[in-house]
Amino acid sequence: MVNTVWILLILVGILAALPAGNIEAVTQSAFDGAKHAVELSFGLIGIYALWLGLMRVAEKAGLVKALSNRMAPMLKFLFPEVPSGSPAMGAMAMNIIANMLGLGNAATPLGIKAMKELRALSHDKETATNAMCMFLVINTSSVQLIPTTVIALRSAAGSANPTEIIGTAFIATVCSTLAGIASVFILKRYY
Amino acid sequence: MVAVLKTVSVFTIPAFIAFILIYGHIRGVAVYETFVEGAKDGLTTAFRIIPYLVAMFVAIGIFRSSGAMGFVIKVLSPVLNFIGLPPEVLPLVIMRPMSGAASTGILAELLQAYGPDSYIGRTASTIMGSTETIFYTLSVYYGSVGVRNIRYTLAAGLLADAAGILASLTVCALFFGR
Repeated sequence: MVNTVWILLILVGILAALPAGNIEAVTQSAFDGAKHAVELSFGLIGIYALWLGLMRVAEKAGLVKALSNRMAPMLKFLFPEVPSGSPAMGAMAMNIIANMLGLGNAATPLGIKAMKELRALSHDKETATNAMCMFLVINTSSVQLIPTTVIALRSAAGSANPTEIIGTAFIATVCSTLAGIASVFILKRYY
Repeated sequence: MVAVLKTVSVFTIPAFIAFILIYGHIRGVAVYETFVEGAKDGLTTAFRIIPYLVAMFVAIGIFRSSGAMGFVIKVLSPVLNFIGLPPEVLPLVIMRPMSGAASTGILAELLQAYGPDSYIGRTASTIMGSTETIFYTLSVYYGSVGVRNIRYTLAAGLLADAAGILASLTVCALFFGR
């Protein structure tokens, strides 16, 4: 799908440039784009390093585990079909917390472990359970407390205030997660 | 409300940094050594995204400089203005659920072309910060356990994505003013 969009952007662009006589601008922008992309990545190194360094400290201090222990009541509401002592609950809680902190690399293996535990609870192994749907919808609409990549990009682009979007993004991501949870509760009655 | 949000946004990072360092120190982590060890990954992460950035910068650059973007914007702007979406942000909205790396490239290009502190830049940043990739995540997680029938997961994920975008547009209009 990314394939199609990418090809369309380039080919439609080149075709559109022909009648407009813009073909030199196309060549120029292709070369400029490639050059700017690499320059940008140098601007990102420092901020990524700062953030990944801090996150390693958080990880080693056991922050993910400490926070996920507090999530039990909420998980019971979200996953009524999963028994509360199940290892699936622990793995899901840790995955959700890791996602909130922006620890993508730590979140993925925890999420896969959670999916395996959820499958162990299901009868039809090839069909998603309601708990799996809920878990993945929360994952894809994840409440990220600090959108680090966006802040890094804004800072690299010379923003006067790179972090000013934290508040707006937080409100929007909460809306998105709530909408996702509500959709699951409604859709699961019809499927 | 707006003032509160601004204050929260400004203080989040310093508060977060202080919290992590204090928490790590109390739990007996060698904070400095651990930080340096983690920071090394910053280099590889920044280099790993170069190919994605190049691909998207070139594609969007061609699309804009050829005049195709201007045409699409002219045609779609009545519809997009109705929901308050700056037409320039449309490629980001389309790419966001498909690929994280590709949408990172599009956001970076938008910030460079229009400025991070423009209304387009702020709205695009908010959308990027409040939504997630859907197709990739679903295929990784469902693929890992061999589930074929994903039932309503995609529908619910896309509804959440749409809600996040509409909420971003509303909050940005209130907070930053169009």
